[in-house]
Formats: sequence, C-alpha cells, structure tokens
Amino acid sequence: MESVTPPSERFTRTHQVARRERAQTVAKWVFGAMSLAMVLPLVAIIVYLLYKAWPSLGWEFLADIPRKGMREGGIWSAFVGTLYLVGLSLAISAPIGVLAAIYLNEYARESWLNRLINMAVINLAGVPSIVHALFGLGAFVYGARFGFSILSASLTLAIMTLPVIIASTREALSAVPRAFRDACANVGATRWQTIRAVVLPNSISGILTGIILQVSRAAGETAPVMFTGAVFFKAVSRGDLFPYRLGDQCMALSMHLYTVSTQVPNVKESIPYATAVVLLGSVLLVNASAIVLRIWLRGRKKW
Amino acid sequence: MGAPRPQRPKASIAIERIIEFVIRLSGVSAVFFVAAIFFFIFREAVPVLWDPDFDFAEFLFSKEWYPTSVNNVRYGTFALTIGTLSVTGVAIVLAVPFGLGAAIFISEFCSPKIKETLKIVIELLAAIPSVVWGFIGLTVMSKLIVSVTGTAVGVNLLNGGFILALMSVPVIVSIGEDALKAVPDSYREAALALGATRWETVFRVLLPAAKNGLLAAVLLGVGRAVGETMAVLMATGHAVQIPHGLLDSVRTLTANVAAELGEAPAGSSHYRVLFLTGVLLFAITLVVNVAADLAVRGIRRK
Amino acid sequence: MTRNRIVTTLALSGAFLGGTLLALFSPGCGKSGGGPAMTTIQVRGSDTMVNVAQAWAEAYKVAAPNVGVEVSGGGSGVGIAALEKGTVDIANASRNIKPEEAERAKKNTGKEPKEFIVGFDGLAIYVHKDNPMTEISLPQLAEIFAEDGKLTKWSDAGVTIPGASDDTIIRVSRQSSSGTYEFFREHVLGKRDFKLGSRDMNGSKEVVELVGSSKTAIGYSGMAYATPAVKILKLSAKPGEPAYEATVANTISKVYPLARSLQLYTLGEPQGEVKKYIDWILSPAGQKILAENGDVPLNPAGATK
Repeated sequence: MESVTPPSERFTRTHQVARRERAQTVAKWVFGAMSLAMVLPLVAIIVYLLYKAWPSLGWEFLADIPRKGMREGGIWSAFVGTLYLVGLSLAISAPIGVLAAIYLNEYARESWLNRLINMAVINLAGVPSIVHALFGLGAFVYGARFGFSILSASLTLAIMTLPVIIASTREALSAVPRAFRDACANVGATRWQTIRAVVLPNSISGILTGIILQVSRAAGETAPVMFTGAVFFKAVSRGDLFPYRLGDQCMALSMHLYTVSTQVPNVKESIPYATAVVLLGSVLLVNASAIVLRIWLRGRKKW
Repeated sequence: MGAPRPQRPKASIAIERIIEFVIRLSGVSAVFFVAAIFFFIFREAVPVLWDPDFDFAEFLFSKEWYPTSVNNVRYGTFALTIGTLSVTGVAIVLAVPFGLGAAIFISEFCSPKIKETLKIVIELLAAIPSVVWGFIGLTVMSKLIVSVTGTAVGVNLLNGGFILALMSVPVIVSIGEDALKAVPDSYREAALALGATRWETVFRVLLPAAKNGLLAAVLLGVGRAVGETMAVLMATGHAVQIPHGLLDSVRTLTANVAAELGEAPAGSSHYRVLFLTGVLLFAITLVVNVAADLAVRGIRRK
Repeated sequence: MTRNRIVTTLALSGAFLGGTLLALFSPGCGKSGGGPAMTTIQVRGSDTMVNVAQAWAEAYKVAAPNVGVEVSGGGSGVGIAALEKGTVDIANASRNIKPEEAERAKKNTGKEPKEFIVGFDGLAIYVHKDNPMTEISLPQLAEIFAEDGKLTKWSDAGVTIPGASDDTIIRVSRQSSSGTYEFFREHVLGKRDFKLGSRDMNGSKEVVELVGSSKTAIGYSGMAYATPAVKILKLSAKPGEPAYEATVANTISKVYPLARSLQLYTLGEPQGEVKKYIDWILSPAGQKILAENGDVPLNPAGATK
C-alpha cells in the first residue's frame, strides 16, 4: 500500500519530465528555425532583386523593346515571346493533360497499364529539363523538320509541363465524391454522361488551378526553349502585339535574363535585375492566383 | 407493354464513342511521350557507339573532355559525373536536414495558420524559375562567397550546391509532409497516451512509421538536383575538373550539355555524345524516380 | 439541365483554347492582308559577333521596318553548320570557313558559301585591373593555357598580385568550339590542347566579368568587351619582341598578333532582302554601328566620320 505513489505525485514535474519537456521545446524551436530558414531566402531574394532593379522598373520597361545593343530599353519582345510560347504550349498540353487525367481517374482500373501510365507521368515530371531540350531538338527541330521555331519550342514545353496538368486535374477529379458518380450512374447515365454532367462541372475550378500552374512552369523554363526556338535577339517594333509567326523564332523572358546576364557587356546594372524581377514577378503572381483560387474553392466546397 | 424505352439518338452514341476513344488515347499519351523521348535521344546518340573515335569505357571513366581537339578528340565524362555528384551531394547535405526539419515542424508542431502560410511560402519557393536561381547564384551568392571566404572565384561547388539546396528543399518538404500526414492519427494518440512528449512521438513513432515516404522525399530531392540545368550552368563556374574542395569550380553533366549543345554541329560525334549524356541523365532520373515511387508504394501497401 | 452544364463546360474550355489559338494565328493572316509582308532574316553564329549582329538587327528595324532579323549566338561552328544545312540566311563567323565545311555546304545545298568580311577584331588578353603585369607574349600565354603548360602560378611569371593570398593563375576560357576558342587554340596553342580545369564561360561578357571580379584571373575575349574592372595586356609574338596594344590601328596594320577578321557567310549570292541587309551592313551606317560596338570597321576613317 505504501509502495504505490499517490496519483497526484505521479504527475509532478520530476527532473526527468522537465528534461523531456526541455527536449520538446528545443526540438520545436530547431524545426521552427529550419522552416524560417526557407521563408527568409524567399523574402531576401525578392527584396534584394527589387532594390537592385528599382531604377529600371516601370511600365516603360515592360512596354519598350531592348535598345542600344540590349544595354538599355525594355523587354517587350521577350515578354511577348514568352506569352506566345506559354499560350501555344498551353493550347497543346491542356486538352491532352485534362483528358489523360480523366482517363486515369475515371476509366482506368488497377492494372498493369494503369501502373505503367502512372510511372510514365512520374518520369515525365522527373526528366531533367535539358533532356526535354535534347528531345525537342531531336524530335521537332530535326525529326519533324519544324526547324528552330515557336512551334518546336511550344511542343517541347507542352510535353514538359503535361505532368503538372495531369497531376492537378487528377486531384481535382478525385475530390468529387464517389456518391455523386454513383447517383448519376443509378439514373442510367453512361460513364461519359456522368463525367460531363457531374464530375467536370464539380471540378472545373480545380482543373483551372492546374492549368494556371502549367503557365507558371512553362514561363520560367529556359533550357528547353533555348535549343528549340528562342533566340538571342529578334528585331521587333515597339508596341507590336503580333511580332512573331508560328515558324519564326522568338525571344523569351527566361532566355533574355540568361543572355543579358552572361552575354551583353556593359549593360546598365539594373537591367538584368529588372528582367529577373519581371520574370519572377509574373511567375509568382500566376502561382499566387492559383493559390487564392484554391483557398477560395476550399471555402466554398459543399461536401 | 407500354411505351418503348426511349433510345438515345445514334449520333449521340457515336460521339460518345469518339470522345471515349480520345480520352483513352490521351490516357496512354504519357507512356507514348516517355517512349518518344527515349527513342529520339537514343536515336540521335546511338550512331556514335560505332564511331572508331569513340570508346564507351573512356566515355564513362576518363576525365578528359576534349570534344573539339584538333589532334586527339576525347569524350570522357568522368569529371562531369563527379561534378554532378558533388554538387548534388552538397545540395542534399544542406537540404535534407532543413527539408525534413521543416516538414516535421509543419506537420507536427505548428498552428494551422502558420502551417498554411509556410505551405504557401514553400509553393512559391518551388515556383522560382531555375534561370532566376542561376542569376542569383551568379550575382548575389558569388559576391557573398567571395567576401566571406576570400576565395578568388565565387562561382563554384559551394555556390551551386547552395542554390540547388534551395531548389530541392521545397520538394523534400512537401513530399515529406505528405509522408508524415499519411501516418494514422491513432499512432500519435497512442504515443501521447503513453505519456510521450510530442518530440518523442515524432522521433520514436512517426519517423520510423513514415521512413519510406521520407526516403522518397529525399530521393525526389536528389532527382531534382541531378537534373537541374540552368542554375548550375550559371552558378558552378563551369570548369572540367575533379573538385578538391568546396571552393573549386566544377561542371555538371547537365550544364555541359546546355553549354555545348547549341554549338555542336548537328550530326557530328560531339553532338551525338551530348545526346548520349542525355541518355545517361535520363537513365539516372528514371532509376531515382522509380525508386521513389516504390518507396511511396511501400507505405501505401502497409 | 445537364445539357446546360456541358455547354458551360465546353464553352469555357473552348473559349479559352480558341482565344489562344486566335491570338496566335491571327498575326499570320492579318499581316498578309494589310501592309507589306514581313520578311524574316535568320542570323546565327559567332558569340563574338552576336552583340554587333544584335545592334545591326536593332538599327535595321528602324531602317527597314518590314524586315525582322533573328539573331542567335552559339558559336561560329554552329552558324556554319546551320548554313551547311541551309537553315539560316546568314552565318556569322569570327574564323574562316574550313574547306571541308564549304564542301559539305555545297554537297547539301548545291550552293557555294560566299564570304563577306565586315570588320576586324583584336582578341584581347584580359587581367584584373590590379594585376601589375602590362605585357605578355604568345609563348607565355601558351604555357598558361596549354595542356602541359608550366605556368601555373603568377610568381612563376615573375608577377606579384597585390592582396592575393593564393597566386595560382585562374584561367578563364571559352566553351569549346566557339570561334574565339578555336582562334585562340590555333594561334596561341598551336597544335596543343587546352589544359582542363579552366573556367569555360558561355559568353565573351562572362569571361570579362569573371576576370574583373577575380584578382588572379586571366582570360581572352574580343576587344569590344572591356570594362573598367579589367585591363588589356599588350601582346608580343615572341618574348623580347615589341608588344602591341589591342587598338584599332594595330589591328588593321596586323602588328597586333591576335588580329582577325569578322565575316558573314551566305549560301550563294545573297538575294532580295538578305542582299539589301548585307549591303546596309557594309555601308557607312552599318560600319558605324560596328565601330560603336568596339570592333574595327573595314575603313576606320570613313566609318567614324
């Protein structure tokens, strides 16, 4: 009877408990600091780039073409080029990606084929961008004889960004509850009728999020376009909205950043920084809009 | 009896067939594309294997890379492979503790609000294009390294490794967090009920339970680092040599292809050897990705 | 009800795709309908010339708004290789075309490459501005850069760099098969190869930037790329012979040992807009831009006026 400690004392802060709690606090702070170590670079990078780019930043920088041997002026030709590349690659990869996700989520059963497709999607996402560049060069530029052109570059980008769309569309589709599909099937709808009447309308915003993410990925890629259709410089008139044709080569924002920071001598110091800010800014803005869309969706979800 | 069952118009059925066919086609397109990638790089690479100047053992194990020499062309990628491995190694040594630490913090220690913010930050970090990272390495990091260490050249192994670490950390955090989230709450409750502190729960229960997923996170981080091109092209200093210290410049397989592909005349042996490097990279990432996938599948099955 | 939803869904995606496609294809149709047809001239090749080619393209857009010139770098070898396949209109080269390259071009396309010399350039040897060295000879350079070269430290060359703890020479080179790299190898190293471990930069500017930020570095690049952070060494053909500065005059009189011509190549006699463009490059307007870019024009007295 005496040997058993009274319950109240069992929970007192013994030396050992204090030590364990200390370990707990230390762990929390260490891990917290590690997380903070990721926030800091992001903030530091953005602030530093903005600070260095400040003298050049402005509407004029975006709207003007590069001048004086790319040492001054703006980035209009590169910006429009990126819009072309992203737009065309999106037009190719969005339908294929969405349909592929529909197949994987709605049609495919657990089978070797399904496993193979999953594996392929994972690998497509993991293949280094330079390998995609090699592929684009071998398949589109030389293989299909599209030459160095916007078309070759966009096709390369489209294949490269396909997994982004497939993954996020799948996520959106699988968020639609099973019961919705069952209910629809029970009133006699075929599988495709179910998909277009119930599944797609309920997941369209999630699919849009995926498409937005594709845009951000495609806009930032350099290596794949560098060898398939992006050029060092293309003479374009200021304010020309349609300076390129499908078979032309174009400038791209990402490649422009590379060239002005490694190949143009005596460039005004703020110009490469401002180019980086515009590229980073547009990519982050696009991503942020996807995040906002997702959060808004989650708040609105009824099931 | 009664009215006959209403039939859908034939056209509508036919359209549905076509749509389903297109869906199935798109479904297998990913397989087709991966096969096409392999086919096209292999097709461009393969003729060099019969080239009398080319020796496969030399390709893998010689550190002499003289693709355009006048008197003695040598295609040895050993120094480049070591370059890739060393930069990846530095990146992983930096990124894994931070990545897993942050994953644990996000998953186990912080309030929902902080969790939400951190996840957004990580997503944005992952979205930064590699050429911007390269630019940061070339301008900001290199100056920082020169002023801190007093070394002569700021674009080197350390610079590239650091940039790559920042690039692969988001992958490690998000996959790692998924892995921890996949551990059933009953594990946590059981541990807490036994009087374990949160830290003890993490260390003794969650980490062992999620080890496959965490391994996958690390592997995918490695895959990202191995395949990265523009950032290492700009930040590592691009010297063909086996590094002896953190402050030596190196050249990686990817950067080598990016630097020389533009200028190797199509169809030349040099061009084909670059495609062969592509096959090598493709194979490396394939193995890494499949391994990561198997690791994840491992936890799912349990 | 369901029909409505389909319509919305399809309309959404349709509008989206249609919009993008329209935006992309309309320019092609629009341009051919109204206004003069756009002509594209593709230029590819030498990294040394990429900046002057860019400046030409930029200025020519003002002179002839209906011509869009596309400029890519890559290296002289790439430009010529593209010419062999007939995929570019003009190849820039900072070295002369090799006989076998001309042969291949003739075999592939049936046309003889035609050469236009458009200017001159001195290949300058750059060191950091704090480096006390003022001149160097070709054999010394070879000893620094060549595969079995003996010069690895500045002290071996009798130079003390102020404020440098480690005086190992940092060699800054170019990626293989840029015209500059080949020119340097041919004229400085002879038959020898480069020593591995040099920092092989992708652009002429990167070479100069790296040399400017590192006290113990030495590199080579076109003379148009000088910045305030670097110094150009005088160069002599042999030790003991007089060393010459990389100036316009010395490049033209060829007393500077590493002077070279810059040229354009076309397939056969250029036609139409390409001919007009090359004529313009050779005219005082084009030559003035070349001179402003830091290279040496064909006729310096005429172009600088």
